[in-house]
Amino acid sequence: MSTPLLLPQATTVGDPKVNIAIFALFVVATLAIVIRASRNNKSAADFYAGGRSFTGPQNGIAIAGDYLSAASFLGIAGAIALNGYDGFLYSIGFLVAWLVALLLVAELLRNTGRFTMADVLSFRLKQRPVRMAAAISTLGVCFFYLLAQMAGAGGLVALLLGIDNRAGQSVVIAVVGLIMITYVLVGGMKGTTWVQIVKAVLLVIGAGIMTLWVLAKYTFNLSALLGAAVDKSPAAGEKLLNPGLQYGATGISKLDFISLGLALVLGTAGLPHVLMRFYTVPNSREARRSVSWAIWIIGIFYLFTLVLGYGAAALVGPDAIRAAPGKANSAAPLLAYELGGEILLGVISAVAFATILAVVAGLTITASASFAHDIYGQVIKKGQVSGDGEVRVARITVLVIGVVAIVGGIFANGQNIAFLVALAFAVAASANLPTILYSLFWRRFNTRGALWSIYGGLGSAIILIAFSPVVSGKVDKKTGASLSMITDTGIDFSWFPLDNPGIVSIPLAFVLGIIGTLTSKEGTNVDKFAEMEVRSLTGAGAEKAVHH
Amino acid sequence: MSDTRRAAGDPEMTTYRDVQLSPDFSELRRRFRRFVFPMTGLFLAWYFLYVLLADYAPGFMSTKIGGNINIALLLGLGQFVSTFAITLLYVRWADQKFDPDAKHLRDQIEGETQ
Repeated sequence: MSTPLLLPQATTVGDPKVNIAIFALFVVATLAIVIRASRNNKSAADFYAGGRSFTGPQNGIAIAGDYLSAASFLGIAGAIALNGYDGFLYSIGFLVAWLVALLLVAELLRNTGRFTMADVLSFRLKQRPVRMAAAISTLGVCFFYLLAQMAGAGGLVALLLGIDNRAGQSVVIAVVGLIMITYVLVGGMKGTTWVQIVKAVLLVIGAGIMTLWVLAKYTFNLSALLGAAVDKSPAAGEKLLNPGLQYGATGISKLDFISLGLALVLGTAGLPHVLMRFYTVPNSREARRSVSWAIWIIGIFYLFTLVLGYGAAALVGPDAIRAAPGKANSAAPLLAYELGGEILLGVISAVAFATILAVVAGLTITASASFAHDIYGQVIKKGQVSGDGEVRVARITVLVIGVVAIVGGIFANGQNIAFLVALAFAVAASANLPTILYSLFWRRFNTRGALWSIYGGLGSAIILIAFSPVVSGKVDKKTGASLSMITDTGIDFSWFPLDNPGIVSIPLAFVLGIIGTLTSKEGTNVDKFAEMEVRSLTGAGAEKAVHH
Repeated sequence: MSDTRRAAGDPEMTTYRDVQLSPDFSELRRRFRRFVFPMTGLFLAWYFLYVLLADYAPGFMSTKIGGNINIALLLGLGQFVSTFAITLLYVRWADQKFDPDAKHLRDQIEGETQ
């Protein structure tokens, strides 16, 4: 073992040329697959939903590829390495959340919708206002999630390619954005899905090899690994294995943890880019198999990150991780370098880049579908537009979103990305999930209930975040440095004490849905409700796969 | 009157409303809800129990039960086990018990020819 790593001096580890070469290989290989897969892209169902012809296992792997973002690979491994057990809690929330999708949402959504989340929400309510609201919250969630991924790309570049000036990082962000735009324009949902499948397989294999490697160093004795991690972390010591290192400090931070737990477990089933993936399979049975496959892959992957996190603490050490350019996010790459040198680091770096690329592509196609299908096709043109016309608008939207993502990513480079992801989950759980559940299961639910719940959930989540310590006024007590988005410690307009708004905004959105419904005189459209209920459970009249 | 409200198959069930009011469909819906609602309550309760224990009972969670393995780690891994188990249970139930009846109704609605 070659400890100690001389990290404080070096701005990068490994050989950037190797990292770039392996990443370029990935881009060329996936581009070839995308071009091959997209030869039959003709209709709107092809562009938005990959012809609905993916199998359950294929879609399940793609869902895992979409869900296991850079935040969950680099972020969780780093959080476990530095904060120990509290980092593990994230992955549990992210995993258990899938049961909500499996039991309550996936199949019913597949049976009633066509392309977007708004298809289901507006099914039996007043079309235009509800569709508009659902599209706005879809675009909102996608935007925050997209920004987080692009901002993360900047940090990753600093670590892996040795580019530490801002202009160079901006160029790389722009390149990542352009590759993503190419994938989505050429491949549509089919190409995007294949990128996610390839990436998920590489990610799980890469993490799996590293996990076995770490365990082998401790003769497959988990207790010995944990002991070594404690020994290497004198500051945290035994606390590394116990809950509370990060969140146990005060009553407020404990409450914050519950808020986060709520947003994580209820957010997944409201993420529009996850929901849209259920339309890429031919029927509800395949949607069920998709989620089942996704749960197994995501669960096993999070077990890997537990070992990788403690492995990074034991083999690299918290001081070296904190001193590296990407801080916590560099734990997994540093561990790869420690284990397998330049080559393994190059592979893991390429996989991390591929991760950002695949997630960004999935978000972009979701946002463009929502704009073209919901806002342009249904609200502006009132459904009087051909599928081709919609797809043309969707392609233009892809370009616009791609440019927004690049500019936003350059602007947000170096920002605190965790809060953007938490915001996306909190908005998804508050603005989307209540209306999805009410419209599927509550007969009386009506348009006002949907609008109040969506706008109330979206608005309260964003307002509470804006006036929370993540945006202004959070100061590190030891160093006096700002921990907020606005780094000027003189500016402090925060009055909401928690980092995550979920504990307020999620119950509020559920209650607003009830109050809005009960105060409205609008009756239930019994015919549409009957159609929705019967179709959702039996699959009658569901959109069929496209055969070429 | 739009065609979408009309189911095409069995003359007894000419609209979705007829299907919705039929005893077969009521039974299907009852069985679905009787499986998924209690299961959802169960896993959410178990998840929040775990979150609250980690948050407010760190002493209990830190109890060692062998080597460096403590109750917190065991309960955390328990969340993985329960998630996998519920997934297996649901998929088996839905494939074997729910799908055949749903397909039966679907065939009636869409007509045997499709």
